[in-house]
Amino acid sequence: MEAFPEWTTKAHALGTSIMAVQFDGGVVLGADSRTSTGSYVANRVTDKIAEVSSHVYCCRSGSAADTQAITGVVKYELEMLELELGAKAEVTQAAHMFRKLCFDYREQMSAGIIVAGWDKRNGGQVYCIPLGGMLVKQPFSIGGSGSTYIYGYCDSAFKEGMTRDACEQFVVNALSLAMSRDGSSGGVIRLVTIDKDGVARRTLTGKEIPTFYEG
Amino acid sequence: MSSLGTGYDLSASQFSPDGRVFQVEYAIKAVENSSTAIGLRCKDGVVFGVEKLVQSKLHQSSANRRIFHIDRHIGMVVSGLLPDARKVLDFARGEAQAYRRKFDDGIPLKLLAERVALTMHGYTLYSHVRPFGCSVILSAYSEHTGPEMYMVDPSGVSWGYHGCAMGKAKQQAKTELEKVKLSSITCEQLVKEVAKIIYVVHDEVKDRDFLLELSWVCAASSGRHELVPQKVY
Repeated sequence: MEAFPEWTTKAHALGTSIMAVQFDGGVVLGADSRTSTGSYVANRVTDKIAEVSSHVYCCRSGSAADTQAITGVVKYELEMLELELGAKAEVTQAAHMFRKLCFDYREQMSAGIIVAGWDKRNGGQVYCIPLGGMLVKQPFSIGGSGSTYIYGYCDSAFKEGMTRDACEQFVVNALSLAMSRDGSSGGVIRLVTIDKDGVARRTLTGKEIPTFYEG
Repeated sequence: MSSLGTGYDLSASQFSPDGRVFQVEYAIKAVENSSTAIGLRCKDGVVFGVEKLVQSKLHQSSANRRIFHIDRHIGMVVSGLLPDARKVLDFARGEAQAYRRKFDDGIPLKLLAERVALTMHGYTLYSHVRPFGCSVILSAYSEHTGPEMYMVDPSGVSWGYHGCAMGKAKQQAKTELEKVKLSSITCEQLVKEVAKIIYVVHDEVKDRDFLLELSWVCAASSGRHELVPQKVY
């Protein structure tokens, strides 16, 4: 019998389902809301979609502390860059800043990040930075422990040229499936949609989350 | 030479009673002693032209450049003390590469111009260094931003320009370049205008021989800064 339950000593992890999809004119980011400490759900309404600049957001997975620290640094650096440039930062600049930190500190970090946003030069873009610090641009990207259960679903449901609403529905369906199979993912679905006019946030709770075959 | 600055012109860390930093003004004079260089920005690119005075018949004509590349998409033309310009060039290239290393993309010209200006200004604050005795004009073109041009002078001031000139015939060159209709001209036509201006301002009496160095960065060169190709001549 242990002296203390494991959840009193284990670090907070974002066992997670996150994803982002690009559409013509913007991006949709989605995430679940569970933060676990061992088997205890430390926070069931977490916001894993963080603002990095006015038109660039990121989805965080892995160690909660690591991803919060990295996001904080990039947010600061990006703001300085925007002041120097006198213009809004580009998504690729944010993505490369994340990549530099995740790669340089790869031994100490446990962070899987999806960076997505909109800028005037290249429109909506999604960049995935998994463990180790690789950077890859993708039309859509999934991450976190829950993503392993939905690769098949996403590959079959994704179509090029989907509209904004179709993308949002794609994200909601995929995350719902991941959350129902992955013990480390759950809670509510948070959605952030970014286009040239700005950012729209939504949260789907309880009955709003679609259900599929529940066995 | 006037002795206006006597006593207050020994170092850049001194102001004169009427609020001037004489070392910086002397540095600007050094630029005015060098041969003329101009930059002109039209709707689809930027053209540089330099009057390179031939100091000696023994010089290899192609070796003594006044126009340099910084990364693929940025050009720099210099006037004044050329060794000082070399330091500014190395700094600018270092900044451009550091940006590329971090962001895998070419540095925006506005950012580079500000950083070059910040560095050049830094040398005007202390007594143990002297200001750079050179002015530089930076240019870039991209489809996304269009043509851009900035000039940085020894005081560390950086301004964006449609047309600018530096060197001994700068006043005369400025008068000439104001006549060019920049909003309606293309780069190919602008090259001829720039060459004409250099020939016009060149002083046949005082300085005999000169070579014309021309460069452009424009839509026609796909945003790469290059010396104007032979076929355009």
